[in-house]
Amino acid sequence: MPQSFDILVIGGGPAGIAAAIRAAESGANTGIVDDNAALGGQIWRRARTESVAEPAAEWHQRLQTTNVSVLCGTRVFDQPEPGLLLAERHNDILQLAYQKLVLATGARERFLPFPGWTLPNVMGAGGLQAMVKAGLPIRDKRVIVAGTGPLLLAVAAYLRSHGAEIPIICEQASWGKLARFGLTLLADRQKTTQARQLKRDLAGVPFAANAWPVAAHGHTAVQSLTIMRNGRSEEIACDYVASGFHLVPNTELAALLGCQIRGGFVHVDHLQRTSLPNVFCAGEPTSIGGLELSLIEGEIAGLAASDRVPEAQRLVADRKKWARFARRLDRTFSLRNELRGLASPDTIVCRCEDVPHSRLREHGSWRAAKLHTRCGMGPCQGRICGPATEFLFRWSPDSVRPPVFPVRVSSLSAERTGQPEHTKHEEANR
Amino acid sequence: MSDQVSLTVNGASISVPSGATVAVAVALAGQPCRTSVTGEPRGPLCGMGICFECRVTINGIPHRRSCQSPCEQGMEVTSET
Repeated sequence: MPQSFDILVIGGGPAGIAAAIRAAESGANTGIVDDNAALGGQIWRRARTESVAEPAAEWHQRLQTTNVSVLCGTRVFDQPEPGLLLAERHNDILQLAYQKLVLATGARERFLPFPGWTLPNVMGAGGLQAMVKAGLPIRDKRVIVAGTGPLLLAVAAYLRSHGAEIPIICEQASWGKLARFGLTLLADRQKTTQARQLKRDLAGVPFAANAWPVAAHGHTAVQSLTIMRNGRSEEIACDYVASGFHLVPNTELAALLGCQIRGGFVHVDHLQRTSLPNVFCAGEPTSIGGLELSLIEGEIAGLAASDRVPEAQRLVADRKKWARFARRLDRTFSLRNELRGLASPDTIVCRCEDVPHSRLREHGSWRAAKLHTRCGMGPCQGRICGPATEFLFRWSPDSVRPPVFPVRVSSLSAERTGQPEHTKHEEANR
Repeated sequence: MSDQVSLTVNGASISVPSGATVAVAVALAGQPCRTSVTGEPRGPLCGMGICFECRVTINGIPHRRSCQSPCEQGMEVTSET
């Protein structure tokens, strides 16, 4: 039997939590599903030893006063019919029926291939931070942080506060762009405070604009990184490289359901409604705007999904303000052309199938490359190499087919019979 | 409850703080998570369950994402080839 919800939220980061709270406060039978072991998403992920910091604590507390059903460690992989999702949890298949759906699937880092980027201990910036939160000791380790976007600074500050040495932060954006971005931050007190705090946390850490990673070196793990800085290359010793090039939205589930995607983002109206009736979307999948925008969009989606439109509309002006911030992020951290030349012919672009750059550049499209090289056909389903090739070769992504995440074959067969596996098992034992 | 969890990575015993993920245990054991199709050692990249670079075999079940799997007492973890 499926579990049924009036409003089901997919994704337990800030947008999803805000949506679930607003929906449940309206009296709707609400559920929230997340792949991770705990709610909070990437930005509110914490180590077991850390207490919940504001503003996350306030939202978590508010969630606890509602009766939202929380399903963690649960990954949605298909929608066999409208209003019914299938998800895998541990060894079970869950059927989740909904009247209304809020997609709050967040974003991931964009990775750009450069020689040596596949070496162990070359990770995403957010990736390394997540590993440290999961218990990886980082004290006295040298971590070069390189790529683009505000996440680099936040990660460097976090790692440093846990004892890491940061030899340098390389930001590919120009000083001019960063200065203009900094000036616009002055208009907002919250952002100014955040920026001041970061500056204090990173005092004494070398920061280079116009700088990017060129090649990682090592045998079984990274030992040094060559960077390009003001037109000159230099090699710096390190234990880890934390490298990410801003964020890309997780739109796969929205695309699978048939929501309209525009310019890489899920298209929504002022009430976070997608092109599909009863399907809403909030947070990073609609634009990369950060925490504040995600929370407001989540609230709007939760209110609109529970038919509290006037209340939702009161938040629209606030959302516009943070949407402007999203556009500034986009302009400031747009990728410079030189990065298209980072990969050498033998640099692996598709890490699942080990497809090098030289084999990809022969092809004119993502589809052709997939068919001829298996690029994007491994377990990540193109989530890593897709955004990379989009930038490197200006390819557009393909359509999405179920399952949107690799699942066990037994999950697929359970799907075909329309019976969750554990239910069949229970019946057999009766 | 103990603060430490003991498990094996490729047959070697290792003890990690309770709550650590299998990806952390594999890193502390100095092992790659998997060997790529052309024979390269690989470890975690995204840290959030998307890239599948950290997949390992846990208690005989292959292709588990080690960054999404908390360590449990007595777990047997092996790198994948």
